[in-house]
Amino acid sequence: MNAIHRNEQQALARAVLEINVNNHPGVMSHVVGLFSRRAYNVEGILCLPLGNGQHSRIWLLVNEDGRLPQMIKQLEKLEDVITVRRHGADHAVFSQLEAFFQA
Amino acid sequence: MTETLTGAQITVRLLERQGIRIVTGYPGGAILPIYDALGQSTAIRHVLARHEQGAGFIAQGMARATGQPAVCLASSGPGATNLLTAIADAKLDSIPLVAITGQVPRAMIGTDAFQEVDTYGLSIPITKHNFLVSSVEELLTVIPRAFQIAASGRPGPVLIDIPKDVQAQAIEVSEWPAPGQATPAPTAATEAIAAAAAMINAAQRPLLYLGGGVVHSGAARLAVDLAEKANLPTVMTLMALGAMPVDHPLSLGMLGMHGARYTNLALDECDLLIAVGARFDDRATGKVAQFCRHAQIIHIDIDPAELDKIKTAHIGITADVGQALAALLPAVNENARQIWVDRIHALQAEFPFHMPDAEQPLSHFGLIRTVAACLDNEAIIATDVGQHQMWVAQAYPLRRPRQWLTSGGLGTMGFGVPAAIGAALAEPERTVVCFTGDGSILMNIQELVTAAEQNVNLKIVLMNNAVLGLVHQQQTLFYGERLFASQFQAMPDFIMVAKGCGIAAVDLDQAANPCAALMEAIARPGPCLIHASIDAEQKVYPMVPPGAANHEMIGH
Ligand SMILES: Cc1ncc(C[n+]2csc(CCOP(=O)(O)OP(=O)(O)O)c2C)c(N)n1
Ligand SMILES: [Mg+2]
Repeated sequence: MNAIHRNEQQALARAVLEINVNNHPGVMSHVVGLFSRRAYNVEGILCLPLGNGQHSRIWLLVNEDGRLPQMIKQLEKLEDVITVRRHGADHAVFSQLEAFFQA
Repeated sequence: MTETLTGAQITVRLLERQGIRIVTGYPGGAILPIYDALGQSTAIRHVLARHEQGAGFIAQGMARATGQPAVCLASSGPGATNLLTAIADAKLDSIPLVAITGQVPRAMIGTDAFQEVDTYGLSIPITKHNFLVSSVEELLTVIPRAFQIAASGRPGPVLIDIPKDVQAQAIEVSEWPAPGQATPAPTAATEAIAAAAAMINAAQRPLLYLGGGVVHSGAARLAVDLAEKANLPTVMTLMALGAMPVDHPLSLGMLGMHGARYTNLALDECDLLIAVGARFDDRATGKVAQFCRHAQIIHIDIDPAELDKIKTAHIGITADVGQALAALLPAVNENARQIWVDRIHALQAEFPFHMPDAEQPLSHFGLIRTVAACLDNEAIIATDVGQHQMWVAQAYPLRRPRQWLTSGGLGTMGFGVPAAIGAALAEPERTVVCFTGDGSILMNIQELVTAAEQNVNLKIVLMNNAVLGLVHQQQTLFYGERLFASQFQAMPDFIMVAKGCGIAAVDLDQAANPCAALMEAIARPGPCLIHASIDAEQKVYPMVPPGAANHEMIGH
């Protein structure tokens, strides 16, 4: 990705979603499937277990789109999703990772 | 008392404790331990379908008729994939279903083992929730939880995939979990109810729009009470037919693509739309931007994700619709609303619904009306998918919630016969009628054998136009009359097929007195196929053309 393209990408409004989930093998499919089957691109994903490993936290970087409120409601309906919080694109979780994503 | 039980025995015991008395399914290698345990159960009767899709729809028929979660079973691989259509159908119509599938042993998962498919992955997008059981202990939580999820909130299908070694492994069980029950639904916020009541009281031209959620919630009586108290003309979705008797003075029947002209025109004039347990499906709304374009919207639904999904509501209320209607009822004023009621009557007079040849029992409408004349409101009416389905929706006097079983959201041909068998199994005291088409019946024709074996009180009315009528209609109207792949070149002798499967059959075409032959066939207990040829040129009218607004209907 060249620098200009990258800037353009960043100019798109973004949102960061913080999703607390039960930690078992199917959860990622449930969450990501909601986006993919609506052709809603997920730009970034980060997931690690919390505490004793019963729960995990998934961070998603997504484009702002008219469908985002509906996506959040659909996420909240998933049995394995405990909470969903929406943050602005400036949230530190992804920007601190930039160093790992140099071409 | 501590017992040593296998996963299969635990599964069956949990189903028994859940109150399940009939399950339906089809065996195969990966679910044989459960079948072995099921064979020992004295509480549960197993109905062997003749195809897993049939089993899925038989279970759906039980669930739709009773409102309680129903269970179907299938083996791994092809057994599971054959169930998928019925599960997807249950998802779109919010039907509580618990599907249990066998899976290859845990150690073989991911090895392309014989009859291994990723049932869990395949079922994610078409279930409310799904489980791949990873230990025998887990069954004790997963099975009650599956029933709880299927029945709670907006109902839906839940799949439990159980590896064969989990079924076979034994553990000691000393304590049983409570059966899974529906959890209490959210209640409507008091302020929102007050605001909604004020809006209804202030409206000049309000309309009540009932969806399948009213049936699921058991709220039909309350909906009718509200309509009567405030004189709210009422439209119903395909899924809600019968929630208000369709011949009630305030009923405008079904809205949308094949609703009556006066119904869609009334929607176009209303100033307030009160949507209850409905989801603004595209077949109901037509072009959404034009739907109820002069109206404010109150939207009540148990599923918060339905609010503002298609249309932004002025007041959105997340609640069990029964609870919300009960709260709304005392807050809404009695109101004769004479001007609006008169206007509705004027629309009905000016743009009536036409039912040509309704007195002629071998016409499409005549056949439906004659069947209705042979039955009372206790009968259950199921349909397949096609023109016949829409004609029955338009013309049958549905008067009771859960009287009407039809595949709404997925529109699945092949739904009718097995769903009707399921309804007849669950409510054996009722007569069940299934209106089907010559295309649809072939999609699950093998279930005629199940009907014969179970001797269900099912009358299958086959409206044979020798075409895929709805496709034929679209090709005629919108594809320059280029009929392609919609006319059958070969047609089975349905009378012989029915008899060959072991059920009685009557051909109204050959009857000296079709009315008498029909009455006799319906009155005789047990399964029967009633065949009648109808005219392939008949259309379902009126019709909102694809992409058009509801007030731009064609045909009369
Ligand atoms: C499983 C499935 N395949 C295809 C369709 C598309 N489809 C809708 S109605 C229809 C024709 C149905 O024919 P028939 O059962 O004879 O009913 P008719 O319209 O003639 O009354 C078809 C092919 C469908 N709804 N379901
Ligand atoms: Mg046909």
